Amino acid sequence: MSVPTTQRPTGTETATGRLGDITLLPDGIPKVTGDFAYSSDLWMDDMLWGVTLRSPHPRARVRSIDIGAALATAGVTAVLTHEDVPGSKYYGLEIADQPVLAVDEVRYTGEPVAIVAADHPETARRAAAKIVVDYEVLDPITDSRAAMSPDSPLVHATPTQDHYPGGGNILRHVRIRRGDPTLTADVVVTGEYDVGMQDQAFLGPESGLAVPAEDGGVDLFIATQWLHVDQRQVAESLGLPEDKVRLSLAGVGGAFGAREDVSMQIHACLLALRTNKPIKMVYSREESFYGHVHRHPATMRYEHGANRDGTLVYVKCEVVLDGGAYASSSPAVVSNAASFAVGPYNCDNVLIDGYILYTNNPPCGAMRGFGAVQVCFGHESQMDKLAAALGIDPVELRIHNAMAEGSLMPTGQVVEGAAPVAELLRRVKDAPLPAAAPTDSYDLRALPGGVSNTTHGEGVRRGVGYAVGFKNVGYSEGFDDFSTARVRLEVVGGELVATVHTAAAEVGQGLITVMAQIARTELGVEQVINQPADTSIGTAGSTSASRQTYCTGGAVQAACEAVRDGILAMASARGLSVEGAALRDGKIVAADGAAVASVADLLGEEIVEETREFHHRPTEPLTRDLGAPGDIGQGAAHLQFAFAAHRVVADVDVELGLVRLVEVTTAQDVGKALNPLSVVGQIQGGTTQGIGLALMEEIQVKDGKIRNPSFTDYLIPTILDTPPMQVQVLELGDPHAPYGLRGVGEPPTISSTPAVVSALRAATGRPLTRVPVRPEHITGT
Amino acid sequence: MRLTFDVNGVGQQADDVWPGESLLYVLRERMGLPGTKNACEQGECGSCSVYLDGTLVCACLVAAPQAQGRAVRTVEGLATDSAGGLDHIQQAFVETGAVQCGFCTPGLIMATDDLLANTPTPSDAEIREALAGNLCRCTGYEKILDAVRLAASRRTEVTP
Ligand code: FES
Ligand code: FES
Repeated sequence: MSVPTTQRPTGTETATGRLGDITLLPDGIPKVTGDFAYSSDLWMDDMLWGVTLRSPHPRARVRSIDIGAALATAGVTAVLTHEDVPGSKYYGLEIADQPVLAVDEVRYTGEPVAIVAADHPETARRAAAKIVVDYEVLDPITDSRAAMSPDSPLVHATPTQDHYPGGGNILRHVRIRRGDPTLTADVVVTGEYDVGMQDQAFLGPESGLAVPAEDGGVDLFIATQWLHVDQRQVAESLGLPEDKVRLSLAGVGGAFGAREDVSMQIHACLLALRTNKPIKMVYSREESFYGHVHRHPATMRYEHGANRDGTLVYVKCEVVLDGGAYASSSPAVVSNAASFAVGPYNCDNVLIDGYILYTNNPPCGAMRGFGAVQVCFGHESQMDKLAAALGIDPVELRIHNAMAEGSLMPTGQVVEGAAPVAELLRRVKDAPLPAAAPTDSYDLRALPGGVSNTTHGEGVRRGVGYAVGFKNVGYSEGFDDFSTARVRLEVVGGELVATVHTAAAEVGQGLITVMAQIARTELGVEQVINQPADTSIGTAGSTSASRQTYCTGGAVQAACEAVRDGILAMASARGLSVEGAALRDGKIVAADGAAVASVADLLGEEIVEETREFHHRPTEPLTRDLGAPGDIGQGAAHLQFAFAAHRVVADVDVELGLVRLVEVTTAQDVGKALNPLSVVGQIQGGTTQGIGLALMEEIQVKDGKIRNPSFTDYLIPTILDTPPMQVQVLELGDPHAPYGLRGVGEPPTISSTPAVVSALRAATGRPLTRVPVRPEHITGT
Repeated sequence: MRLTFDVNGVGQQADDVWPGESLLYVLRERMGLPGTKNACEQGECGSCSVYLDGTLVCACLVAAPQAQGRAVRTVEGLATDSAGGLDHIQQAFVETGAVQCGFCTPGLIMATDDLLANTPTPSDAEIREALAGNLCRCTGYEKILDAVRLAASRRTEVTP
């Protein structure tokens, strides 16, 4: 197999660091020099460029496709439609309902219809524009609540599956009932809340290089979150056995959920096999907005009942998520939204309905926080409202109801291990507040509106807001979630070297650093090589659900332990006493600390290599409503819960609706910080994405069309929008998890959004029931 | 068209350039220098920042013919005269954890180089203003600020 010129193994690390040490990223050096090969950087001598023709309509029948003029264009090598898909014409993470290329109907604006290969990307684009598609345009179904009606036309005329309760356009309906929700309470607050459609907006565009192989298969170099789930879908659509579709991870420029679904993977492979040339595909930023799923927009209705002392009596919640045209991971997202709808609070009487709908809007799926983000805005807005109704401090109300170890989820699951909700809230509340804005002077750069010179401080009010949230770590509801790792220990050039191989996707979060830290710690070696991730080894599962350090870290630990046992067995066979010994600093060290032997001397020419799988503890599917009396939607569906709390201080120009965040404080329990540098980086980055959802990030969809598919119109926080951050990391340890760790990546994104809005409410006195908050919501005009 | 220009101190020539190509495309796809990144290709993210005759520009907004006869410096050309392979800004980004996925990093390093050349000891407000055109989706910018502060302190140590 030929290897693209810019595809290089990550190689030997110069970084050092054991578990718990601040450890620099081994891939940091090629990333700062520009040498790191991202998926869009790959290049081969005779490669061609692939581009995609997409539907301009949200809903239309495809009467015919004429590719003649496109194919006749000089420089064009292939033009393919659904007729050229040799295997399954549909794919999907869980439900194969999405066409590789439109078959007879398009269901969202931007749906791929045809693909073109040519010798220059511009030639391919111009040829694609010459493809004539005869559409019969239909009225799109774009209102998710209207789509629930039994009278609504159907997005999928023949639903591809019905294994979830639902029906019609309802892809899944999750019902949770526990206790007696018919109770009455002293104080009742109701609210309706909306969350706009957020984009992951990773910087590295969807891209990759597909290389045809001599055995009739294909090698795909790709930025993804889960190589093996891509491999399965690509192989099914190519009609090839999986061993003929080999995937290698190319450099990933961020992910945040948007690389869970297949984008250009199948298309590039189809073109490579048709042309027998390497095919490079790189989405533009505009195409990227059409090329991946987004965070589900939500509409939520809440009712909270509480006693005078603030104790929650009951919570009712209905959350409707717009899943868009195809299923993606929507069934799991709505399950999460329902599970976490009440927030990290004790409440014995709950009535929750989560719905996820098919519509002709852009497909939605995984994004950091995965269903917990939307409902956190709902339940935290309700807690603020309830606190106001009761005249209780909002943080004290939360602490009064805070979940703790042993609490019950709405699903009846017992919360095991630390659940430090009250402590996290106290920590952010007790953190020192930033200095008040000076009244006698001003610096424009410190005011809402900045150097646009919109105010000199008049009309500016300061608000402080709080929120707390949580979510599950790992895949839930009975999924066999596991990872695989191979570890080899050998002597190379007189030095002991450990090599770690997994298929786990490093997407910038620092996983390969942690894998090397584990190997250094467990095996007592300095030099660790991370072999590039590919499908020549078993699956690692997805880099999502904050699970990868837990699962792949667990697999690397297990493989290291097996290698260590092998070394000790060798030593024992040579008559050495190794009872209770460990490997440290290149030596076998006895229980009393005495060095027994040098591992390098013991190994000599021999190699010890072991492969292990790590399966996390089993979880249960939620019970279904089968007409039987009693609680429903129950079960220990989740592996582990992770918690974070935020305090936000904001200056708000209440006359112009402009906001400047002064400071954000986050407290999070991470169980054990394997690499404190990366843990803090995840918390800061995740918090910032939540700030974006609160203040600016929304894909504007009108009549099924995205109105702002660019960084000019879809705004993400810049360094000017992002305030200084205080981060408090708790390490309370989970006895069930490898090294006691708790997933880190998602919790900071969940509660930062409602904390920002809470601060804006405090500054303005307005209800602010929708995110992102717009200036007119703040001014009330 | 034929394009003749100087890249990182070396005379270069590219043939059969379609005049609609950007300087970014020429660097990445014709010069084999993909260190300059392509996150938006419409001047919004700063990931493609390079020097054009010493001025920091977005390479995606420069048409290839505009580079004719001029000198371009990219992230790959930044550390050529330092012994360890990294210049002090690159080193500071690695040490402070300012790099996660790293897609924004080359652009941020170029922008930091430009900032510190003009303002050797910038305040936080000046750093924020100077880097406002560079999007990063991963870090929340805190560690990028740390990196710039560290690079500035080392630079002033070297050249008081
Ligand atoms: S790629 Fe040039 S500014 Fe974004
Ligand atoms: S590190 Fe990923 S975009 Fe900045």
